[in-house]
Amino acid sequence: MKLFKIRGGVHPEDRKHLAANQAIEDLPLAPLLHVPLQQHIGNPATPAVRRGQRVAKGELIGAAQGPMSAPVHAPTSGRIMGIGSFPAHHASGLSVRTITLQPDGEDRWLEGLEGVPDPFALTPEDVAARVAAAGIVGMGGATFPSAVKLNLRTKYSLHTLVINGAECEPYLTCDDRLMREHAAGVLDGARIMAHALGVSRIIIGIENNKPQAQDAMTGVAAPYPEIRVAHLPMRFPMGSEKHLVQTLTGLETPARGLTADIGIVVHNPATAFAVHQALRQGRPLVARLVTVSGAAINRPRNLRVPLGTPVQHLIDHCGGFREDPAKLVSGGPMMGQPLPSTRVPIVKGSNGVLALTATEINAGPSSPCIRCGSCVDACPCGLLPLNMAAHARAGDLEGTVRLGLMDCIGCGSCSFVCPSHIPLVQFFNYAKGEMAARGRAKQKQTETRRLVEGRAERMEAIQRAKREAMAARKRDTAKPAAAAEA
Amino acid sequence: MLAAIGSLSVLGLILGAVLGLASRYLRVEGNPLTAQALALLPGSQCGQCGFVGCGQAAEALTAGTAPPTVCPPGGRAVAEALASLLGKTVDLAGVAEKAPTVAHINENLCVGCTKCFKRCPTDAIMGANNMIHSVFADACIGCEKCFEVCPTECIEMRPIAATLQTWFWPNPATVTA
Repeated sequence: MKLFKIRGGVHPEDRKHLAANQAIEDLPLAPLLHVPLQQHIGNPATPAVRRGQRVAKGELIGAAQGPMSAPVHAPTSGRIMGIGSFPAHHASGLSVRTITLQPDGEDRWLEGLEGVPDPFALTPEDVAARVAAAGIVGMGGATFPSAVKLNLRTKYSLHTLVINGAECEPYLTCDDRLMREHAAGVLDGARIMAHALGVSRIIIGIENNKPQAQDAMTGVAAPYPEIRVAHLPMRFPMGSEKHLVQTLTGLETPARGLTADIGIVVHNPATAFAVHQALRQGRPLVARLVTVSGAAINRPRNLRVPLGTPVQHLIDHCGGFREDPAKLVSGGPMMGQPLPSTRVPIVKGSNGVLALTATEINAGPSSPCIRCGSCVDACPCGLLPLNMAAHARAGDLEGTVRLGLMDCIGCGSCSFVCPSHIPLVQFFNYAKGEMAARGRAKQKQTETRRLVEGRAERMEAIQRAKREAMAARKRDTAKPAAAAEA
Repeated sequence: MLAAIGSLSVLGLILGAVLGLASRYLRVEGNPLTAQALALLPGSQCGQCGFVGCGQAAEALTAGTAPPTVCPPGGRAVAEALASLLGKTVDLAGVAEKAPTVAHINENLCVGCTKCFKRCPTDAIMGANNMIHSVFADACIGCEKCFEVCPTECIEMRPIAATLQTWFWPNPATVTA
């Protein structure tokens, strides 16, 4: 298959050997599971259970709120201990509404969960509705509700589904293991999603550092001529959907647009597998694969983890720490976020837990920019990170936006190559957050104005009605008086 | 004598007519900047700036008697927009310090007097006679008008807590410094 070049990118040492040869293991149940109601982009789910209630595995415990949301299901059977606030799987360390479940150890599935014998006989709307009901979100880490993405066909004319098996982040091997061990399931899920999207062409992109996964997927895809497996060159950020699509098709996604603008939808293999389970077995998303790795971990593993399991439980299962980690990261080392503590639960978007040693994180004090231009060469989006960071540092966020802040995908390639250890991507993350906050402030201001005007109008109407009523009363009292006089 | 009186009267009439016409056709409707500044202000007439309402604040802004940071509920965004409109540099350090707040009604103390929701400029309080009142935090602008009138002092101004949706990374420049 002919591939196209993308600009920029870096070649971090992949360090996948730590966990790549560890077959997927089922993680034993933790004594308590903390299932957050917000594990996706959009509105949080609302609790659908009461404290003390007994639930079966796969039972709905949090219902989706609105179309841009996802339901949450019980990861195992047990008793609901409470619904409250618990530290989120998030760098901020903030708490979110969380349902705490005490497993009863039976791990008993909800009765009546049944798959569809032939998902291809369903209408695309039915498939999307089942995917939505199963609580499936983008499992590469973005956690965008998958059903919303499957409904893109109503707004865009689509022609290709891309399965993003690049897994370009170092250390992470859970997609690799999934494609090796469950190739047929991933392929089936991809075919069901293609059916829902109304497209026939499927391209599965896998980087060349995963030859076994490439072979496995090629093997199961052999009977389908419309499915192709692309062997991607190793380069970060190959797994960025816009760059992956450009590599595969040569088409560039418009700035601030979606890949759907050029007729392509990208999904993760883990999402495809979840769709396969939801449609074939009727099982909602209650567990996911997590790579636990890093030089500070005693035994790196790929684990199948019930959602809501505390990170500490995973680390204990992997033999604990070999040495004190310098940094705990959720996700990959390039784009992952630091974990505030090991108490936090695993959520739908967590693909890795990395315990990195000081030598691995290569932190250094930041020194002034020497204008070497390494970051410009590394930026896969063709931006000028050094200038953007200079504007952000000076507080000129509009200047940063003019230089293309909103086209930055936050991949961190610039920070990775910077010889002066300047926190470039950190500046952009801050600037994006600050711009979003300003947008919200502006929105609130227009909303306030609308409310104030509405209130002023209402007050005016009340006053007018009072005056009119008064006038009418006067007329009425004046009339009988005049009549009496006459 | 008569000619002098007549010519001066005619001159007076003509010039008066010219001035009258000029005042009618060449009128400048206030400072156009005031209208633009007014459009940037929230328009809730909350009075936190110390002026009677947003109109007066806008006039003071264009007259230069009020700084661009005059509007507390507008926060940073409004201060910056006003500064760029008026061509002034603005020290935002003071603006960021005062965290925005929203009203919260302690339901154990509320007697349902309806005083607060009559005062609310944005209809952010829901309630009725002898019923517990409640605040829509999304609509509240933190103007403290309700806070001042509550007879049982059951309203407290709480800082807006960050959520996962609103939290973002701090500026690395200030963190390392």
